[in-house]
Formats: sequence, structure tokens, C-alpha cells
Amino acid sequence: MRTLVIAEHTGSQLTAGTLRAITAAIDLGLDTDLLVMGGPEASAVAEHAALTKGLHRVLLAQDEMFEKTLAENVQPLITSLVGDIYTHVMADASSMGRNVLPRVAASLDVGMLSDVIKVVSADTFERPIYAGNAIATVQSIDSVKLLTVRASAFAQASSHQDRCDVIAVDGGQSASTVRFVSEQLTVSERPDLSSARVVVSGGRGMQSKANFALIERVADKLGGAVGASRAAVDAGFAPNDLQVGQTGKIVAPDLYIAAGISGAIQHLAGMSGSKVIVAINQDAEAPIAKVADYMLVADLFEALPALEKAL
Amino acid sequence: MKVLVAVKRAIDPNVKVRVKGDGSGVDLNGVKMALNPFCEIAVEEAIRLKEKGVVCEVVVVSVGTSAAQEQLRTALALGADRALLVETSAMLEPLNVAKYLSKVIDNEKPQLILFGKQAIDQENNQTGQMVAQLIGSGQATFASAISYADDRWVVEREVDGGSQVVALTAPAVVTCDLRLNEPRYASLPNIMKAKKKPLEVIAADDLGANVREHTRLLKVTLPPVRKAGINVSSVSELVEKLRNVAGLI
Repeated sequence: MRTLVIAEHTGSQLTAGTLRAITAAIDLGLDTDLLVMGGPEASAVAEHAALTKGLHRVLLAQDEMFEKTLAENVQPLITSLVGDIYTHVMADASSMGRNVLPRVAASLDVGMLSDVIKVVSADTFERPIYAGNAIATVQSIDSVKLLTVRASAFAQASSHQDRCDVIAVDGGQSASTVRFVSEQLTVSERPDLSSARVVVSGGRGMQSKANFALIERVADKLGGAVGASRAAVDAGFAPNDLQVGQTGKIVAPDLYIAAGISGAIQHLAGMSGSKVIVAINQDAEAPIAKVADYMLVADLFEALPALEKAL
Repeated sequence: MKVLVAVKRAIDPNVKVRVKGDGSGVDLNGVKMALNPFCEIAVEEAIRLKEKGVVCEVVVVSVGTSAAQEQLRTALALGADRALLVETSAMLEPLNVAKYLSKVIDNEKPQLILFGKQAIDQENNQTGQMVAQLIGSGQATFASAISYADDRWVVEREVDGGSQVVALTAPAVVTCDLRLNEPRYASLPNIMKAKKKPLEVIAADDLGANVREHTRLLKVTLPPVRKAGINVSSVSELVEKLRNVAGLI
């Protein structure tokens, strides 16, 4: 029995989500290998990854066709690597993991479990359903278990071991059914929303895009990331990659500050795993009060600048 | 060109979820059901493609019990031309649903197959991608814009940290995300008209798909409850608590 973790990287290092997926894999207690795919930059990433505690081997697939990790191109590689060797394949439940793994599952004629939050045993896992309103314990009866893991439920693997082997693996052919056209990635100086220790989020209560600067200043004082509710994103106050919730990012920071967020079910599904939740809201009865550790009923436009000053 | 939209009957998003006391699942007895919201977005997109003249026929398909006819009628009322129900009372595992759907695709030969990116009940986010693999087509998940140019489906996708555009040859699988469109409401005359539109029921077993059990649901429990918080009366009290009690700042 052996586990293969599908890595994602920023071009220089593994993502926080991948380091957390490695922890989930190590929880399984099997030999764990990591697959790093990409263009010319991937070999440096693989070398660095080889120092991650608990990894047995790093497989490096370096080819232009893997640069954008298109599902059609990476599926044949992963499927062939699984062969008779791997009993478990895991990835962060990021947009990449969710895009790629179901294709691999279908090619192997096995099922798949999405968004695993707990490893119960080698074939049994917990995962949230119904927007986190229920937790299902599910047993996989397939010979190969494919899982995406909810990164926020696992700690980051640390980078402290003697370098393990890095082995080059071959790619195959790129698919003719799909062509990468372009991409637009948001650049930010702040920490990544999904892995930040502190997240400060604004909701509809912020009233405008300009007022979001109040959120940003508190986040910067705390070295945190900025988030937003779906209502704030839909109103155009914040870009959609900042959305926290069932349909956006799932976060579980040490400290989550929700300003002007009422706490719709779909928002709570994305942040109720946070260690400490602070809600600042004018409405003492807002649903967010039910999950908040500290509730401050106040005017946002007075409380946020005061908070910034006090930190 | 024909577009096929796969839809799922799921719990109404506004209904409070109740977990059964015996841990066997979520109680759906007498609960209001609806077209899964992401599937509704997929249906809306298909209808818009027809209104723009990109496609000429919109076919909706669902896999499930006969109760799913209700959601297929909803899709017909929104503007789909005809509907297919693959009838089965088995637990709906994504790979099995994908196998039924690929048989339907073999028969219907659509140039575009639309899905919601996930259903709000089981939240698997798998079926579209599995269908794409089974029929050997390209896929674009989490779509926020779809167009057709130079014999290719050009799709903008929401990805972590931004967006990506891919071009797919037909037939292509696209799964729809929240920002693709805002679904319309069905008008009363259209609801009446929908009752006369064709809805064909196919027994799942007749499709000859090679389905089997892949996962077993052992139990369903409530998520851990957060312990009650406290009210703080001022920013300085909040900062004091975060500093001295929570030790966070």
C-alpha cells in the first residue's frame, strides 16, 4: 500500500494546500510519494519538496504540456503512475485538484471522495455535505482510493528531513481536445487567503468598494489576508477571488474577523472552522453571532479605524 | 447544434438541513426539493445560447427517481425543448451517474454538455469531469463565461487566484459556476406550456451501463457545535480579549 500526492506549486515552492494534503496523506500511515508537474521551474520545486518531512520519494514530470496542469494532459500521466503501485491518490481540494482527480477516477473505473476533513482509516473518511451542515463518514470499497482533502482541516507538513530521492517520470502526449488560451492571476502582497493565520473579511455592511480600505488596513496591521462575503463580491466591493464561503474559499485561520457580514449559511460553511471568530456588526441578532467567540455590536465605520489604531 | 444539460434534483437551498437521529442520513421526508442552483445556471446558459442562435436545441437530462420529473418540468418551463429522465432508485454515485449520462450522450450526440459545478447536497463536484473522461472530450470546470468561435467552445474558468481561458473542441463538457449568469424565473404561460413538452423516461438498466457500488455511507452526524461566545462592548475590550485571553495578537 502506497500513497501518491498530486502537488501544486507557485513556480518556486509547493502551495500551502499541498503541504496540508501531505499531512493528510501521512495520517494514513503509508509510504507517501509526491508528484510534481510543470515546466522548467518544476525541478527546483521538486528539489525543495524533497526536504518535506515524511515524503518517501518525489516524482518529477517536467514537460511544457504540464505547465498549466490541464486535466486532459495530466490525467494520463497520473493514471499510468497509479498502475499497480498506488492504493491512494490525494490532492488538495483546490480548483486544480477538483478539476483533475475525477477524470483520473473515471479512467481507473473507481469512485472518488471529495473534500475529506478527517482520515478515519485507510478506507474510511469524513467529509462535509450540505454546506457543512452534516458530516458524512464514507467508506471507499474500490481498490484505489482517490481523495481530495480540505486543506484547512490539516496542518502544514514541515520542511525538515534529509533530501529524499527525486525521480524523473515521463509525460505522454498532450491532448488535442483542449488548448490553453490565457490566464489572469491576481497579484497581492498579502498572505494567501486559504492559508493565512489571520483573515479579515468584509460584507455588504461595508457599503462600498472604497470602504474596503478599512478592512485592508486592519488586515495589514495583523499581517492577515482580506476576505469578503458573497454579498460583498456580488455588489462589486471586492474581487471574486476573495470570496469566503461554500462557493468561494474555505478558510480556517487562527483568527477570523467578520465585519458587516450577517452570516448566511453559505458564508458560515466557508469559515466556521476558524479557531477564534470575531464579528463586528450593527445587528446583535445577525446569524454570525451564533458562531462568533467575540461579538462587538458597533458601527463599522467607527469600530474598524479604532481597531486599526489599537493594534 | 444541440446542447445537453444534466440536472439534479436536490434539497431547496433555503431549507434548513436536519440530520436524522439514527445517523443514517439527512431527513428529506416532506422537505421542499428544487433544481440544484448550479444546474439552474447551466439551464439558463443553454437557453441563452439558443436565444443567441449558437445552438438550436436544448435537451435536459436527469438521473434519479420519477420525482425528478418535477425538476425536468421546471427546466422545460425555463425554456428547454425536451427532457429525458434516466430512472433509477439507486444511490446516485457520481461515476455511475456519469456512465448513464455518457450512454445518453452516445445517443443524443450533443456538441456541448453543460453541468452545474456541483450539487448542494453531496457536494461532490465530480460528475461533469467524469463524463468528459468517459466520452474522451475536453472539459472546462467552474465556467464564468462561455462563447463559441472558430469551431471551438471558449470558456473562462474561475481558478484559485484568478481566471483562466481555455478553448475546447466539440463535443465539450462545461461545468457552471455562480457568476456565469443569473437564472430567470419561469413565467406562468411557460409553466403551462412546459406540461406539453416531451419528457421521455428511460429505465437506467436499459442503457447497458456498467455500474457498481464504489462507496458506502456509514453514518451522517451533525458538525461539532461551537461553544457560545461573548459580547464585548468596545474595541478596547475586544483587543484586550484577543491579546490576553485568546493570545492571538
